[in-house]
Amino acid sequence: MLNRQGRPTEAGDASLSWHDTFTGNRGLQLEEALIFETGRIDVTGVDLDEPEAFAPRLGALMREEEIGLPGLSEPEAMRHYVRLSQKNYAIDSGLYPLGSCTMKHNPRLNEAMARLPGFADIHPLQPPSTVQGALALIEELSGWLMALTNMDAVAMSPKAGAHGEYCGMAAIKAAIAAKGEAATRRFVLVPESAHGTNPATAAAIGFEVKSVPAGADGKVHPDAVRALMGPDVAAIMLTNPNTCGLFETEIVEIAQILHEGGGYFYCDGANFNAIVGKVRPGDLGIDAMHINLHKTFSTPHGGGGPGSGPVVLSSRLSPFAPVPFVRRNGETLQMVEDAAGTQALGRLTAFHGQMGMFVRALSYILSHGGDGLKQASEDAVLNANYVRACLADLMSLPFGNRPCMHEVLFDDTWLKDTGITTLDFAKAMIDEGYHPMTMYFPLVVHGAMLIEPTESESRASLDLFIMTLRDLAFSALRGEKERFSGAPYLAPRRRLDETKAARSPVLRWTPLQPVAE
Amino acid sequence: MRYLPHTEIERADMLARIGVDHVDELFADVPGHLLLKEPLDLPRRKSEQNVARALAKMAARNVPAGSVPFFVGAGAYKHHVPATVDHLVQRSEFLTSYTPYQPEISQGTLHYLFEFQTQVALLTGMDVANASMYDGSTGTAEAVLMAHRITKRRKAVLSGGLHPHYASVVRTQSELASDDVVTLSPDVEAREDLLAAIDGDTSCVVVQTPDVFGNLRDLTAVAEKCHAHGALLIAVFTEAVSLGLVKSPGAMGADIVVGEGQSIGNALNFGGPYVGLFATRQKYVRQMPGRLCGQTSDAEGRRGFVLTLSTREQHIRRDKATSNICTNSGLCALAFTIHMSLLGEAGLKRLARINHANAVKLADMLKSVKGVELLNGTFFNEFTLRLSGNAHEIVEKLAAQNILAGVPASRLLPGKGLDDLLIVANSEVNSDEDRAAFIAALKEVL
Repeated sequence: MLNRQGRPTEAGDASLSWHDTFTGNRGLQLEEALIFETGRIDVTGVDLDEPEAFAPRLGALMREEEIGLPGLSEPEAMRHYVRLSQKNYAIDSGLYPLGSCTMKHNPRLNEAMARLPGFADIHPLQPPSTVQGALALIEELSGWLMALTNMDAVAMSPKAGAHGEYCGMAAIKAAIAAKGEAATRRFVLVPESAHGTNPATAAAIGFEVKSVPAGADGKVHPDAVRALMGPDVAAIMLTNPNTCGLFETEIVEIAQILHEGGGYFYCDGANFNAIVGKVRPGDLGIDAMHINLHKTFSTPHGGGGPGSGPVVLSSRLSPFAPVPFVRRNGETLQMVEDAAGTQALGRLTAFHGQMGMFVRALSYILSHGGDGLKQASEDAVLNANYVRACLADLMSLPFGNRPCMHEVLFDDTWLKDTGITTLDFAKAMIDEGYHPMTMYFPLVVHGAMLIEPTESESRASLDLFIMTLRDLAFSALRGEKERFSGAPYLAPRRRLDETKAARSPVLRWTPLQPVAE
Repeated sequence: MRYLPHTEIERADMLARIGVDHVDELFADVPGHLLLKEPLDLPRRKSEQNVARALAKMAARNVPAGSVPFFVGAGAYKHHVPATVDHLVQRSEFLTSYTPYQPEISQGTLHYLFEFQTQVALLTGMDVANASMYDGSTGTAEAVLMAHRITKRRKAVLSGGLHPHYASVVRTQSELASDDVVTLSPDVEAREDLLAAIDGDTSCVVVQTPDVFGNLRDLTAVAEKCHAHGALLIAVFTEAVSLGLVKSPGAMGADIVVGEGQSIGNALNFGGPYVGLFATRQKYVRQMPGRLCGQTSDAEGRRGFVLTLSTREQHIRRDKATSNICTNSGLCALAFTIHMSLLGEAGLKRLARINHANAVKLADMLKSVKGVELLNGTFFNEFTLRLSGNAHEIVEKLAAQNILAGVPASRLLPGKGLDDLLIVANSEVNSDEDRAAFIAALKEVL
């Protein structure tokens, strides 16, 4: 068919195949150069007036050399970064089942609130009288975190989860030192299934790590802890719910063992999102736990930060909380910034912590209320179990087909003899339009696949995800290796050579050198 | 609840598919007495409008920098950020993505990190930079640890011009790890003898320029002495804009350069989130903390980027890792790199000149004020004044008149006899009217 101008209006011949393009672009998948290849050092996208002549006060320290920084006009910059953004997967565009990472919906109200000039445009060293609202916000968020955990105090300044671990373990070290046991209590117990940050944190604070084996059911058992406990043990670092997606049933007894032996209980709160409003960590005997505001309370992950990791503390540790902190004095809120004359463990960062994240987290918490937070935890657990129930006949569950918390852990036993690895399976998910699950973590399970759908997914979204995984699983079991071993085929890039990147690292752009004659 | 998609019927259906009657059966691993039977006594859910109202009320009790004559710095700086920056930072694909563990679908993040690393290396005059740290202060503490690993020594020497909060962070960390720290006395006029503090046990010397009092410091001699004794020079800056006008730390011989990147692309945010810049020499790259992005190619031979050298990191090395750091400050690094791309070399240099010119103008105006003495021989956009009264009280009095005058040195260094010192910053956002208002108010209270 032709319309009156002679323009064809039919769909065309689907049997024709495409060829490599001149640009390297593939329709809306656009290749993009580096700014160092397109920008020019005499171009700027910011209009500024040259200052009137003046006598500099730089002494002999004026920068004479060229820096080499390219500039882009505003339209060039806009296009560059928009095109880059289009090469990223994101929660806003699809289900993001990264276990242990909690990729839930990031409400835009929170972004708007964090950008109110009264929060975004205030300086950490303004007179406290001019930031009473900011201190009130910190106080209110602290109140929620203490109520939800039933803990005595909260240190707000840690910049991320790992920084929170550092804070909590530092408080434990300070408490031990205050009892005169710093020299003897050298060991920290860390389960094999723990996040890598746990042993790294313990080591950074000068502790030595003793590994606690997990039981056959994926949990830590009191006997294993008892066997390692002694007067040389400072603490245990336990994640609950743990990284296998299971609640540590014996946690209260484990806490007792530590306490009776004079040690402390650090809980990695990365998975607190499973139990908000259902269980209070303070009721379990925990002495310190960090809360990832970017997981449980939805502050955006931002492609790898910024995070925020406030640490709730028991009465045994609260005197050691770092400066700065907010203290109420009648109607006025004060900032305690000097550790001198207190038992505070010191200072962990220049200022008061991730205020921008505090605003977002409080906005999320107020939106949910106590009832909504509990519902969110229940839905997160419901969704993970729904995924488990719908895949258990095909994929293998290392600890049996039993209820999990907010994430479900599969291993690669079911892929045995297919020649397809967990990595291949994950990469094939990319072609189907999904971000892969967390893979090869926790380390206690072979070929781990850890799926955390979060409460943000609708049933329809989960059903399509499940059907997709079932289709992939059948395909794998049928031995259709090609679908997996070369995947992804359809992403902005095929598999990238990580070995080459590590062997001869290219960590920055350098101008092409002229070829010698 | 507007963020939760399920209806009650869907929940019931899903529970049936799982094979349980009630959601609490999924919490069966939780010992019964610990599972909360009654809802916690907490406020109920709120509509978007009501949350916005509650938070706006809190925000209204603060005095935003942009609403008053504003001269507060000492580690965080108010600058104009182009609207394009925040628009782009809020792109869903940047804002709501995770750490780029799956490089095939994270090239956007990795590509800008590679550009960011290059910009930071150029700006600091170093070979390589990482994908950012939490902020300048934690970056400084990590730099000290890195120096200890490289030199196999455990003593850091901190200049008296280093931001006192940065020094506190280093001391806290060192105390926990049983490392030695020598902190020199507050050095208001950049007269300390750093060279005398360096000996054969010294792992590193940490010097800030412009320092916390605003003085510029020539690091060349310190670098030479450090290197002669097998120690490293760690150069710190808190005002990244200064690098557009001032000699780079790399050119003065620094081995590690750490800085706060907030002042480019990022808001004041009451102290965070910020972005730590971290750069070093090529030979030390495998001792660096934090994430690194590297160039490679994909199966079709096309250029692409990945996170690399992860064998330094906690998820592989666990208790042997170079650091426990798991994230960088991705989105703040994005804001930095976008703003820097918009500025370019020409824009950055001009912005730096405007900052310096404004500060010079203010310094000259202050000469006419009785009871004010400028202590700096050199400065960029910040300097320290000796006042004829208590700086803390004067700042409070000016705040009552809606002028935010600066940071009393005693707030950063309590009990050190610095009560009459005021640290004053002046950037491109300050107008002639702001400066006139400041001078007039100061004359009144002194």
